[in-house]
Amino acid sequence: MVYPLCVLLFLVGLYGAMTQKNLIKIIISVTIMEYAVNLLLILIGYRAGGIAPIIDRTYEGATFTPVSVDPFPQAMVLTAIVISLGVLALLIAISLRLYHRYGTYDITEIRRLRG
Amino acid sequence: MSTLLVLLFVFMIIAAIVAIHTNDLLSAVISLGAVGFGSSVAFLLLRAPDVAITQIVVEVLCLVLLIRATVWRGIRTVSGSRDTFGMAVSGVLVVILLIFTIIAFEQFPTFGDPVMNRIADAPANDYIRNGLSETGAANLVGAVLLDFRAYDTLGEATVLFTAIIGALALLRRKSRSGEQPKE
Amino acid sequence: MKGMSIIVRTVCHWVSAFIFLYGLCIVVYGHLTPGGGFAGGVILACAFGLMVLALGKESAVRAFPVGSASKLDSIGALLFLIIAILGLFAGGGFFVNFLQKQHPGEEMALFNAGIIPLCNIAIAIKVCASLFLAVVVFSVLRVVGGGSDDEFASEEEE
Repeated sequence: MVYPLCVLLFLVGLYGAMTQKNLIKIIISVTIMEYAVNLLLILIGYRAGGIAPIIDRTYEGATFTPVSVDPFPQAMVLTAIVISLGVLALLIAISLRLYHRYGTYDITEIRRLRG
Repeated sequence: MSTLLVLLFVFMIIAAIVAIHTNDLLSAVISLGAVGFGSSVAFLLLRAPDVAITQIVVEVLCLVLLIRATVWRGIRTVSGSRDTFGMAVSGVLVVILLIFTIIAFEQFPTFGDPVMNRIADAPANDYIRNGLSETGAANLVGAVLLDFRAYDTLGEATVLFTAIIGALALLRRKSRSGEQPKE
Repeated sequence: MKGMSIIVRTVCHWVSAFIFLYGLCIVVYGHLTPGGGFAGGVILACAFGLMVLALGKESAVRAFPVGSASKLDSIGALLFLIIAILGLFAGGGFFVNFLQKQHPGEEMALFNAGIIPLCNIAIAIKVCASLFLAVVVFSVLRVVGGGSDDEFASEEEE
């Protein structure tokens, strides 16, 4: 049940990116898609009744290994989240340049005013 | 636990739909913040504290950047006509994709029973068993990021560096006399 | 760019020091508790971002100039690469945790886990400087009355 809901969040973002005319709304839709993908990766690595992969002083090898959740997708998603921030900064810089050049955020108007 | 996750997902989907359809840009950005906040709580419920900390801090900076680009410059509302044919086609495409993904997710491991339960020599089992003794770090996610998979972290640092330099290069000062912009 | 009212400015003076300290704690203890270089670096950038929003761009840039932020950004990335190449010379492979293999520390201590704390500090410096630059550069004159703005962005010196 949670997997299809996560994909539905991604598809809501995809629908927004396909139909919206304002550049900022398109950027918001792309960000929603990124959130959904990160969630899906962490969902795959979850173990029912698990504990976080942090070792504390009461660590026993035999009781920790079968209970901890997967640390691998968490590491990958950590880098993906920070990369999405850098990409968002680049997208906003591009859209600010477009606004400065054409005076509008509407992509249908920008398509009409060439050069 | 599963019902709590389902409720959280429903909240995020409603906030995402609001973010896309509202006409006021400030409301759209705040709804995006609600989606990110729900995502961070979901990460906490899924036993990923590292990712939850990073998600909430990055989402706050994300909101600051977005508001600086729009509301700060006096642009408040979205205007323009609706393209109903495009919306209908996109809606049909989204429904078809959803049906196909539900069929495809039958092949996934069930929620709560990850791949490393079935395969004994998966890398994740290796990292959990030998993480503390081989790297000496108690935070296994940090050990995976900076010892076992450090090459991916190097690639990530490069991508972030390049993206920020690209953003800075795009926003250089324009010369006042109207000649070639000082590039 | 002007700052906000006197209450916001006073609170910002006190709170941004705590945010900076919290960010440092998350970076330095990154190999023992949840956190690490990326989350800590973003929190450090948020401390400076708070100064940009509440005190105005001029005050924040006086505290942390744009030129030195650029240099710190590059220094952080280079430091990360140098640690990786040192692993090649001292350990026998690119990015090998040579400090842990040759001088293992005691468990759960601060000076432990080889190159992991050093890499965390380098990444935090890099991420903090990059995101501070991004927040500063996006601050343009507020458009009042729908006019256009000539001063599009300010990078005073490189």
